[in-house]
Amino acid sequence: MIVAGCDIGSTTAKAVILDDSNIIATVLLPVEGSPKDAAQLLLSSVQENSGIQLSQIESWCGTGYGQKNIPFADIVESEIVCHAKGIQFINPDVRTIIDIGGQDAKVCRIDAYGNVQRYVYNDKCASGTGRFLEITADVLEVPIAELATLDAKGVKEITLSNQCVVFAETEVISLLNSGEDMGSIVKGLHRALASRVASLALSIGVEEKIAFTGGVAHNAGMVGALERVLKTKLVVHEYCQIMGALGAALIAQERIKSRVAS
Amino acid sequence: MIVAGCDIGSLTTKVVLFDGKKVIASSIIKSKPKPEDGAYEALQQVCAIATVNQDNIAYCVGTGYGRKRVPFANDTISEISCHTKGAFYLYPNVRTIIDIGGQDCKVISLNTQGEVDRFVTNDKCAAGTGRFLEVMAKVLKVELQELSNMAKKGNEAITLASACTVWAQADVIKYLNEGISKENIALGVCKSMAKRVGVLVNQASIKRDVCITGGVAKNTAVVKELENLLGVTIIKITNVDPQLTGALGAALFAYQKAGGK
Repeated sequence: MIVAGCDIGSTTAKAVILDDSNIIATVLLPVEGSPKDAAQLLLSSVQENSGIQLSQIESWCGTGYGQKNIPFADIVESEIVCHAKGIQFINPDVRTIIDIGGQDAKVCRIDAYGNVQRYVYNDKCASGTGRFLEITADVLEVPIAELATLDAKGVKEITLSNQCVVFAETEVISLLNSGEDMGSIVKGLHRALASRVASLALSIGVEEKIAFTGGVAHNAGMVGALERVLKTKLVVHEYCQIMGALGAALIAQERIKSRVAS
Repeated sequence: MIVAGCDIGSLTTKVVLFDGKKVIASSIIKSKPKPEDGAYEALQQVCAIATVNQDNIAYCVGTGYGRKRVPFANDTISEISCHTKGAFYLYPNVRTIIDIGGQDCKVISLNTQGEVDRFVTNDKCAAGTGRFLEVMAKVLKVELQELSNMAKKGNEAITLASACTVWAQADVIKYLNEGISKENIALGVCKSMAKRVGVLVNQASIKRDVCITGGVAKNTAVVKELENLLGVTIIKITNVDPQLTGALGAALFAYQKAGGK
């Protein structure tokens, strides 16, 4: 049985195609334009790149910020539930998920069955989200993908005095002007975001193992900063950014199975 | 006797000369990367306006974010105290001061003697500070000073989903792309600003009379929205520039310290 999950986020659109318990294809595209356009593009990309026919996909489950704009989704499920399902499939020992997306951050506690117990999220303030790094990287004139490399070169970790993205932007400029090295500034930025997200996590308490998901988890500098703040190793999987889409696919599969069973 | 007050803010540096009866000269300039340079420049301006020799200034009090960097100050006093001093001098009936600067917002509650009862401040988040308006003016490609007049021409305010400056910026761009008029966007921006300041005012609890100081006091659209929101009339400082309240307070302290009454 082939099913698919589709996660339309604020900055990227993701799809995972699942054949029983095998992930047979994954797609990740940047979102430019409306969520609806992104969903359509994602569908064409699946057809072109996955080697499977769209007609073979029995069911689509949609999730994410743009979940209401996926015309081909049979079902929709919340991001929190999808992330929990996805991570439980990848690593059943995980009890806490920290997800940092482009425009929000979520922390979710799950039980051994992948059921959501508690969650908390921030989408009100940009400073605790991936946007913080996007904007400050822009000030530093470095691509987001290079932040981890710069972090590794940092000789020290600069303590930023501002949390607000707008104020941090100015602070970064004055740090550059005062001759601080890029690496140390980037280390400081990672630390600032990590502290912000960690306080969100600690507001509901964390239980090990802790998984770090979302696009920001690809940034090794950020992983290190979060590990230092939380004083524990984090589970970071190569599928960290498509966890929501994977969870959605698993939910599509479950629904079909339960329909067949009844 | 002539005394001076110097208020180094995050965005502007202000100097006031006071002769015991009135403000004889004042200057507002952009703060410099080296705050000392800005303080000197503003001082030179007021001295030129009042034709006073710098050496004849009996005493100077520094205040504001950069108060430790006023090279010619004899003493420094916090901006909370100075704003209170200045506002109470201008309006002895004032019991609540809303001060909105370039990078922070303070609400000060004072007693009948003009002493600070309590205060709340936001300097952590750009929303609800002058910075928010600055960023929005830039997105709308208008001068900061024009924002208020533009908002007054609006008739249907847009809604900003979040107070956060970053998200509001994205919203404003979206509205511009949809072809919504700049006037209606500006009105929505001023409403959002007032709402955010209103949250802080309510934390301090509000006592009449209420007055507004700081650079944002000159944005009458924001002040009007704030009046609607709080259900009070807000006193507009007219005899001096509301942005000078802190520097005036510093000058008043200087006058006392120099032995004046």
